[in-house]
Amino acid sequence: MAMKNKFDKERLLLGVSGPVIALLTAVVLTSVVLVASGKSPIEPYSIMFEQATFSDVQVLIINQAGMYYLAALAVAIGFRMNLFNIGVDGQYRLAAVVAAIVGAKVALPGFAQIPLLIIVAMLTGAMWAGIAGILKVTRGVSEVVATIMLNSIASSLIGYLYLPEVFGVQVGNNKTTGVMHESGWFPGINMGAAGEIYGFVVIAALLGVAYWFVLNRTRFGFDLRATGASESAAAASGVDAKRMVLTAMLVSGALAGLAGLPLLLGDTHTYSLTFPTTIGFQGITIALLGRNSPVGIAFAALLISWLEKASQELDLQGYDKEIAVIMQGIITIAVVVSYEAVRVWGQRRQQRRVGIELAVAAAENTSELKKEVAAR
Amino acid sequence: MSTATVLDKKPASQPAPGGRRKLSLPVLLIVIAGVLALTSLVRLITDADGITNVSQMSTALQLAVPIGLAGLGGLWAERAGVVNIGLEGMLILGTWFGAWAGFQWGPWVGVLFGIIGGALGGLLHAVVTVTFNVNHIVSGVAINILALGVTRYLSNFTFEGVEGGTTKQSPPVDSLGTITVPGLSDWLTTLNEKHWFLVSDIAGLLGGLVTDLSPLTIVAVALIPFTWWVLWRTSFGLRLRSCGENPVAAESLGVNVIKYKYLAVIISGGLAGLGGAFLSIVANPFYLEGQTAGKGYIGLAAMIFGNWMPGGLALGAGLFGYTDSLKLRGGTENVHALLLLVALLLVIAAIWTVVRKKYVAGVVCAVAAAGMAAWYATTDDVPTQLVTATPYIVTLLVLSFSAQRLRMPKADGQPYRKGQGK
Repeated sequence: MAMKNKFDKERLLLGVSGPVIALLTAVVLTSVVLVASGKSPIEPYSIMFEQATFSDVQVLIINQAGMYYLAALAVAIGFRMNLFNIGVDGQYRLAAVVAAIVGAKVALPGFAQIPLLIIVAMLTGAMWAGIAGILKVTRGVSEVVATIMLNSIASSLIGYLYLPEVFGVQVGNNKTTGVMHESGWFPGINMGAAGEIYGFVVIAALLGVAYWFVLNRTRFGFDLRATGASESAAAASGVDAKRMVLTAMLVSGALAGLAGLPLLLGDTHTYSLTFPTTIGFQGITIALLGRNSPVGIAFAALLISWLEKASQELDLQGYDKEIAVIMQGIITIAVVVSYEAVRVWGQRRQQRRVGIELAVAAAENTSELKKEVAAR
Repeated sequence: MSTATVLDKKPASQPAPGGRRKLSLPVLLIVIAGVLALTSLVRLITDADGITNVSQMSTALQLAVPIGLAGLGGLWAERAGVVNIGLEGMLILGTWFGAWAGFQWGPWVGVLFGIIGGALGGLLHAVVTVTFNVNHIVSGVAINILALGVTRYLSNFTFEGVEGGTTKQSPPVDSLGTITVPGLSDWLTTLNEKHWFLVSDIAGLLGGLVTDLSPLTIVAVALIPFTWWVLWRTSFGLRLRSCGENPVAAESLGVNVIKYKYLAVIISGGLAGLGGAFLSIVANPFYLEGQTAGKGYIGLAAMIFGNWMPGGLALGAGLFGYTDSLKLRGGTENVHALLLLVALLLVIAAIWTVVRKKYVAGVVCAVAAAGMAAWYATTDDVPTQLVTATPYIVTLLVLSFSAQRLRMPKADGQPYRKGQGK
C-alpha cells in the first residue's frame, strides 16, 4: 500500500511540473520580449490579472472557454489514439454555417429546433472529418495532410455558401447567412449588468463529463486508448483498428461541429464574416496543455480565454495586445517540450530508483551468501 | 527529368523500389505535349483565349514561386525525416523580415533577411523536434501561431509611424527590377496573339517564362535542379537523405544524424523565408498582414503531389500557381473552359483504365467525365470559390488515387535519439 502511495505522489509531481514549467517559461520569455521592446515586464500581467476580477470580463472568458473546451475535446479524442485532427478548424466553421443556414430556413418550435440544429452541426462536422477518416482507412492518406486540405476547402465552401445568390444575406459590408429563427436561440444565463453566459457552456461541461465517462468507463473508450497506446497490441486483442480510426474521426468531427454553436445559438444568431476563425487551432494548444484530460482541458481553456480577453485592455493602456498571441505560441511550444523533458526525467528517476533497489537487494543477497560461506 | 519517378501497379505489396517504372523524359514530354494539345483544342472550342495567354503564364509563374519555395523547404526537411507543418509560419517570418529590412536597406538586403527570418523559424523547429524529440506536427502548429504573434507584435513598433506604414502594412520596398528577354518575348507574344492551334499555346507558355521576370524568380527556378543535384548527386545529399530513410543505419556508418537534421530543417526554413521575401518584395512591394494566405500549406501539398521529388514538386507548384492565376486574371470563364479540359482528360483516363482492365476505375472516370461535361454545358461560369479550392481538391484526389504509389521518406516524422540503435 505504501508503495502505491509513493507511486501516486511521483505521478502527481510529474503531472504538475510539466504545465508549471511551461507556464513559467512562457512568462519569463514573454517578459524578455517586453523588456527588449522597452516596456515594463510586470505591468501587463497586473493589468491582465486586474481584468480577470471584473465580472463582465469573467463572463466573456467563460463564454470563450466554452467554445475552446468543445474544440479541445474534439482534438483530444483524436490525440488519445494518436490521430491528429488538424481539421477541427474547418469542421466547426462549416458546421456553424450549415447550422446557421438551417436555422434561418427552418422554423420548428423551440423544443425541436434546438436539437435539430445541434444534430445538423454534429453531422456536418462528422461528415467533414469523416472524409479524412475514410481516406485514411481505405486509401492510407495521412489524416494530417487530408485535414489541412479540408480546412482550406471548407473556407472556400463557406465563402460560396454565404454568397447572396446562394444562401447569404448582405448586411451593409458584412456577408451573413440571415438571422436564425428565434426558436433556435439557446437561452443564456443572465448575469445582470455583467452580461449573459451562453447556455451552451453548460452543454460543453456536460460533454466533458461524457468524454471522461466514455473514455474511462466503456469498452469503446478502452479500445480507443488501447489503439492509441499500441496499435498492434490492440489488434492482437481483437480491436478493429480501421473501424476505431473511422469512429474516432467521426466522433471528433461531431464534437468539433459543436464548437461554434455557443456563439451562434447564444449570441450572433447568424454566421458572418466576423465569426471567429481559429478556434480549432486554439483547441490543439488547449488539448496539449490540458494533457487530454477533461479537467486539465477546462483549466487550459480558461487560461487561454483569459489571455485573449484580458489582453484586449492592454491596447488601451499603452501595451500591445499581440503580446498575448506571442505568449500563447510560446506556451504551446514550452508545454510540449517540458512534458517531454519531464517524461524523460521521470523515466530516469524511476530507472535510478529501481537500480538502487536492485543494488540493495543484490548486496543483501551477496552478504547473505558470505554469511553462509562463513558459517560453513 | 529522371527525378520524377512513378510506381508501377504491383508495388502495393512490394516495398522496395524494385517494381518501380521510371517516367522517362520522352514519355513525360509526350504527356506534356498531349496536355498542351488538349488545352489548345479546348481553347479553340471555347474561345477562352486567356487560358494560354502570355500574361496569364507570367502571372502563373509568379504565383508558383512562393509555393515552389515553400515546397522545396518541405522537401529538404522531410528528406531528412522531419515533417514541417511550420512552413506557413516560416513563410510569414520571411515576409515580415524581408519587408522590414527591405524598406530600410534595399530589396536585396530584404531578401537576405527574409531567408534569415525563415531560417530562425527552422532553427526553432529543429531544436524542438530534433533535440527535444517533440512531435513534429505539434511543433509546426505552434510555430505557425508563434510566427503570427511575433510578426504582428513587431509590426506595431517597426511599421507604424513610418511613412507609408501601418500596424498591418510595411512601407513600400524598392523593386528588384524585372528582366525581359529582348526580342524573344515580343516575338512569342505576337505568335501567341495569332491564336493558332498549339503553336500559340506553346508560345504563350514560353513567353510567360521570358517576360517580366524578377531576378528572384530565376533564383527560385534554378533552386529546383540545384536541390535535386545536391540531394541526389552529392555525398552530402546522400547522407542527408539517409537520415530520413534510416537514421540508425546512417549513424552506424558514421553520419552525424543530428547535425544533418539540423542543417536540413534550417535550410528548409531559409527556403520558406525566401518564398516569404518573394511575396513581400516581388509579388507585392510591401508586407501585409495575412499576405501568405495559406501558401505554406499549398507548398506542402505541392511537395506531396510531387512524391517528395523536386521535379514533381515543380510540376505541382506550376499547376497550383496556374489555378491561382486563373482566379486573378480572366476569372471564371477561363476556369469554366477548363472544365471541358478536365472532362476530356477524364475520358482519356477512362479509356486508359479500361484498356488496362480496371473496369471499376474506368466507370468512375467515365461518370466523372460525363458529370464535368454536363456541368460545362449547363453553366456559363463557375464560382471563384471553386477556383480557390482547386489546389487542395487536386491534392486530395491525387493522394486518394495514388497514396500507395507515393513514397515518402521511410523515417519521416519518426523520433530519433542518438545511439538508439545500440
